[in-house]
Amino acid sequence: MARLAGRRALFAVPVLLVVTFGVFAIAAASPFDPVRAYAGSAALGADQETLDRLRDNLGVDRPLTARWWEWLTSALGGDLGQSSVLRQPVAQVIGERLVWSSLLCAVAFVVAVLVGTLLGVLAARRQGSWLDRSVTSLAYSLEAAPIFWIALLAIWLFALQLDVLPAGGLTDTASEQVTAGQVAEHLVLPAGVLAVSQLPWFTLYVRQGVGDALAEDPVRGARARGLSEHTVLLGHALRSGLLPVLTLIGSRVPELITGALLVESVFSWPGIAAATVEAATAVDFPLLAALTVLATAAVLAGNLLADLLYGLFDPRVKFSDM
Amino acid sequence: MTCDAPAPAAEATAWRSYGANRRSTRTLRVRTSAALVTVTVLAVLLVPPLVQLDQQAVDLSAKLLPPSWAHPFGTDDVGRDLLLRCVYGLRVSLLVGVAAALTATVVGTAVGATAGALGGWVDRAVMRIVDTVASVPHLLLGIFIVAMFRPGVWPVVVSVALTHWLSTARIVRAEVLSLRSRPYVDAAVSGGASRWRVAVRHLLPGVLPQAALAAVLMVPHAMWHESALSFLGLGLPTHTASLGTLIQSARGSLLAGQWWPTLFPGLFIIVPTLAIAGLAGTWRERINPRRRSELML
Repeated sequence: MARLAGRRALFAVPVLLVVTFGVFAIAAASPFDPVRAYAGSAALGADQETLDRLRDNLGVDRPLTARWWEWLTSALGGDLGQSSVLRQPVAQVIGERLVWSSLLCAVAFVVAVLVGTLLGVLAARRQGSWLDRSVTSLAYSLEAAPIFWIALLAIWLFALQLDVLPAGGLTDTASEQVTAGQVAEHLVLPAGVLAVSQLPWFTLYVRQGVGDALAEDPVRGARARGLSEHTVLLGHALRSGLLPVLTLIGSRVPELITGALLVESVFSWPGIAAATVEAATAVDFPLLAALTVLATAAVLAGNLLADLLYGLFDPRVKFSDM
Repeated sequence: MTCDAPAPAAEATAWRSYGANRRSTRTLRVRTSAALVTVTVLAVLLVPPLVQLDQQAVDLSAKLLPPSWAHPFGTDDVGRDLLLRCVYGLRVSLLVGVAAALTATVVGTAVGATAGALGGWVDRAVMRIVDTVASVPHLLLGIFIVAMFRPGVWPVVVSVALTHWLSTARIVRAEVLSLRSRPYVDAAVSGGASRWRVAVRHLLPGVLPQAALAAVLMVPHAMWHESALSFLGLGLPTHTASLGTLIQSARGSLLAGQWWPTLFPGLFIIVPTLAIAGLAGTWRERINPRRRSELML
């Protein structure tokens, strides 16, 4: 298994290299001007000579590959450049914000998995019943609903009408330091909305998996032996029905990142995804490039996890064959 | 889409116990979906030329009115009628969605068919590229492209198209690979047909339904992407009413307690999405009956 993980990690290296190069190529093809981005509003009053000197210093006119290579070598040394919008080194931005994003995503994902399994099993138990139909229709509707829209309606309901939860941020504006209680309180809405956006997929797959498992021989055998419906459902159908779903968890990373991007910017959650949107609005290339590569790395790690889980849970799969 | 068809046994039991019931819900679903799609298309095509009302007309005496008979969806913060704004917004979003989906389908079909038909190292190289692009989260890649090229209609269409051709390429390649091993293709090749003739006369007709289905399913997806980008302030300019910009500009009113400027544009995204998915699901069952119970997400 370690060998498989190592080999997959090696496969990820060229993918990441191509993605970093692609990011530079897109920037080179766009009308984006690094000199103006670097100088900001100061560029408006500067004379051409100063701008030319700056252009020379920044090395903008060197070929694409040279600039890419320089970025790559310094990135491997831990220097990802300077973020112009946040006025901080990019590595520091990522370091400070990664914790909050991971917390949000982890909580949301755990909630989605637990609730999704529950709803999926309930729906699969009697396919075609009113419960099954309501769960399925709800899941399809939620799948179609834009997550930022759900987030805004959640703010309206819980923060404005009922006034039970804070509308955004990490802590109350008045508070000086970050306490666990405040963070937990501010986490409920963003994590809840992110969980709701991940829920439909999970519910529908569990429903499908358990429903299929209920019609298979092991379940028939268990029923024939007179086991209780409870044992059959949880001990047999759920176990085999959940297997294919568990292995797909790793492949949900892109959707989680997409959801986090929108949720964090609605709730002003100080995570890495909100920084991405800020960086994009201000055309902060160093930050945007680093975050794109980071997200790709997360997706690749998720795919690796999916492969490993698949081999781990399904005894028919041999790691040496993968 | 990764989920395979269940065992025939499962199918049989499901059909026996709830067969009649399920079939009637299916007809109902198809009819409702078809009606909703028709209404959407008609509204988008006919309302702007037939209804002589200016969607941009500002009426500050009627700002932020709750839904009523005069304004079924209420009015926004400068007194514009939200029903009219939503229809215009749907028109823009749908247009962007269709343009992006068509571009993505053409690119995806061309790439997938080339990879599948040529095989060998071309196939491997192309599919590696597809895998690589697929490993960047769609919305993030879209955000990156739009940020670099400045917001506007074309960057949004291009960014949505560039992130969505991958699945079509995969589907079309798989279909071409399976068609290539059919006896009639062998017969055509041994009959002396040129590669081009085989591709155009025998492979393409088999691939087209799948590609068309993928294109239709992509429209709501592309609409969703457009509205997400516009919502983040990176898509269409704020004065262009699209469903995303409508939700974006309603944020201020929402925080002041007015829910209707946010609620209705969102419903205009959900309803066409569900209707298209409902129709496409039935279509998929027809061209691919064995995958009847496959999940559609």
